[in-house]
Amino acid sequence: MTINRVRLLSEQPSSNRDRDDSFALGLYCGKVNTPQLFPYPDALDDESKDTVKLMIDPFEKYFREVHDASQCDLDEKLPKKSIEVLKELGALGMLAPQEYGGMQLKRTQYARITEIIGSFDASISVFLGGHQAIGYKGIVLFGNEQQKQKYLPSLVTGEKIAAFCLTEPSAGSDANSILSKAVLDDDGKHYILNGSKIWISNGGIADVMTVFAQVPFKKDDSDQQSQAVTAFIVERDFGGVTSGPPEKKMGVRSSNTAAVYFDNVKIPVENVIGKVGEGFKVAMHILNEGRYAMGAAMTGAMRMFTAKTIEHANNRVQFGQHLIQYQSIQEKIAQMGLSHYAVESVTYAVSNNMDRGIKEFQVEAAISKIFGSESAWNVCDECIQILAGMGFMRENQVERFMRDIRICRIFEGTNDILRLFIALNGIQYAGKNMKELQKALQQPISNLGTLWDQGVKRSKRLIGIADSQALLEVTAPELSDCAKMITQRVEEFGATIEKLLLKHGRDIIDQQFILNRIANATIDIYSMAAVLSRASKAISSKLPTADHERLLASTFIEEGCDRVEQNLAEAITKRSLDRFDAYSSIAKEVRENEGIATTRPLRF
Amino acid sequence: MALRVLVGCKRVIDYAVKVRVKPDKTGVVTDGVKHSMNPFDEIAIEEAVRLKEKKVASEVVAISCGPKQCQETLRTALAMGADRAIHVEVPEPESHTLEPLGVAKIFSKLAKDEDVGLIIVGKQAIDDDCNQTGQLTAALLDWPQATFASEITVDGDSMKVIREVDGGLETIKVNMPAVVSADLRLNEPRYATLPNIMKAKKKKIDVKTPADLGVDISPRTETLSVEDPPVRQAGSKVEDVSELVEKLKSHGFV
Repeated sequence: MTINRVRLLSEQPSSNRDRDDSFALGLYCGKVNTPQLFPYPDALDDESKDTVKLMIDPFEKYFREVHDASQCDLDEKLPKKSIEVLKELGALGMLAPQEYGGMQLKRTQYARITEIIGSFDASISVFLGGHQAIGYKGIVLFGNEQQKQKYLPSLVTGEKIAAFCLTEPSAGSDANSILSKAVLDDDGKHYILNGSKIWISNGGIADVMTVFAQVPFKKDDSDQQSQAVTAFIVERDFGGVTSGPPEKKMGVRSSNTAAVYFDNVKIPVENVIGKVGEGFKVAMHILNEGRYAMGAAMTGAMRMFTAKTIEHANNRVQFGQHLIQYQSIQEKIAQMGLSHYAVESVTYAVSNNMDRGIKEFQVEAAISKIFGSESAWNVCDECIQILAGMGFMRENQVERFMRDIRICRIFEGTNDILRLFIALNGIQYAGKNMKELQKALQQPISNLGTLWDQGVKRSKRLIGIADSQALLEVTAPELSDCAKMITQRVEEFGATIEKLLLKHGRDIIDQQFILNRIANATIDIYSMAAVLSRASKAISSKLPTADHERLLASTFIEEGCDRVEQNLAEAITKRSLDRFDAYSSIAKEVRENEGIATTRPLRF
Repeated sequence: MALRVLVGCKRVIDYAVKVRVKPDKTGVVTDGVKHSMNPFDEIAIEEAVRLKEKKVASEVVAISCGPKQCQETLRTALAMGADRAIHVEVPEPESHTLEPLGVAKIFSKLAKDEDVGLIIVGKQAIDDDCNQTGQLTAALLDWPQATFASEITVDGDSMKVIREVDGGLETIKVNMPAVVSADLRLNEPRYATLPNIMKAKKKKIDVKTPADLGVDISPRTETLSVEDPPVRQAGSKVEDVSELVEKLKSHGFV
């Protein structure tokens, strides 16, 4: 049911202390938790920074001299040379532990490399990510010593390719409802796996797969059958594994995407990853762990889009002036700069925090994924617009990027699901902290009215009041106005969450019109805070770009605060709630009509 | 055959960077600008490492003279296959006045100290285009030199070197020890792969100063000013040869 959905969306029981430190979760209690964002996190030591610096040139050289992304897109294939050089570079083992031959890069190092890959060819991102970020990550995170020894050495060199097999025809976002089944054999030594997976990255070329399937079991001492998702390491060599032809896609066409079929595949019991029944947790953990990397890839792409755009705007003359002289163009380019700065700030804040050992980062990681993918889509779109006719032509390659990055809003957790994930996580956290309300929530109908009155009358909010000084203390004085604005929005945010909980109680879970606005406000506040922190650091470090960063920060924060205000209003006001009812009605009528439910102007 | 090869690796502004002149006209902007190994020096390192792989050379030692960041350049050399490196530390701003003569003195001292049989340098650096260090080093050591090499074959204690010269290609025989300067077509440098970058972290970089080597690196020239080249004037089309001659005459060129 709906409550289960909430719990299942976040199968990551980190401690309460960990959750108390999260900046994003703190917002739901109207709190400004500064330690995780201020000063702007910097987890890499000098040696790690030096190491990743050395990796930049080899990767850029690969994309400039070896790999022809446009040709691969036309051929819908990755040529042998492209793959072989990637293997030589060591690109297939960047995240695995050194003892198995991997590079054991920290997330922030990986983010910097992913920026490069994202700015050249998303198909390579998907190939590499499908292999190591999700394909064999389960073995790295949850595998036992024997599994790691057996599988990782040949995976890190690329001798064997990996894939992550979760999605099925009837189970995409609703991952827990997969139908693939793995039944323990009579001898107790093997699971017999049957099922089909679709849209698997590297599905057609993978030798080692992380496969998720339901394992049936008897509930305790009753005869009731139950089942739980379990993660398995499945080798194509086990027999019974076949894959379909490469899917024809809108974008990332040279990366292989295929259906994978399991027909009575015999899996040794030693190949269960983690424990039986822990599969959902394994899957969510893997996806959660990799989300910051999408922010990084999008950051790299946006930097490239902006460079391409300005090159054109500086050279193209129309009506006697260069395009850059016109305000319409300036506004678009400014928005590119703002988007890039914000996404980059969020991405590296998240990756550095993960590197610092912070355990509760799932909301922040989801923010980087949503914000990164949507910003990049918009920046790419505007890049094409400014390049105009030339942008539409294949030879400039931007149209390929547009096709390629469309998938980023869909896979690895659709942005729609992730918005609900953010809002529900936050509300669940806030709910837990409203001790006085907990009792009421257990008996919503009887107590709600009383509490609503109480809430309205109380001068001090149930959840708490934002410390108005917290943010000011850690912000550069040049940005103190911004700090005040953000603090005010955090207060309003917390107050809104409280109102919503009082009004809806548990039913808030189904109020997606409202949850989406809450999520958008969360994304805006978090990114504003990341930007504020980064710009403050630029000012205090006296970076040569400090002035420009201060300008970007103040502009982004002003715009962001307006958006937050709008979103919070839409979550509460009657006018907006009435409009939501209208949306539901319109949708209902379209549904009943199986399409547009109006009469044509011509009446026929 | 215990042949030790010394390779000079200069840290220069990356070839892809748009160079900007400093407002005070004393030089170009280097702060925050991307730097990398001089491309001709990459070719030199590659050649030395190939000699080692052919078992002609026994050890490749990379050298760089300049500020602390030169160690990044040396790490790239180590990642490409050099065995160890020596950083001759010359801090800023002194490093900006370091000239080929100073570098040549350093190289020749190290060549003697390290019992070197072959020195390979890039033919010139892409920042100053001096094309002097190789030649000066050979002269200081009184060793033969083979500049603008596009092919090197070691045969016992001499080498056959094919040189790129204006007239075409010149093949010479050079006795070792010798100094070679690498030209563009000598080889195609390899990638520093990630596994090799990790391995390079364990290789040694020794730090010395010019004083340790007893070398005087004070400059012999003084830079008066650095300016952008004048903006190119637009050309004009002429109808025929007589109009061309007329224009040349009126502009005082003929």
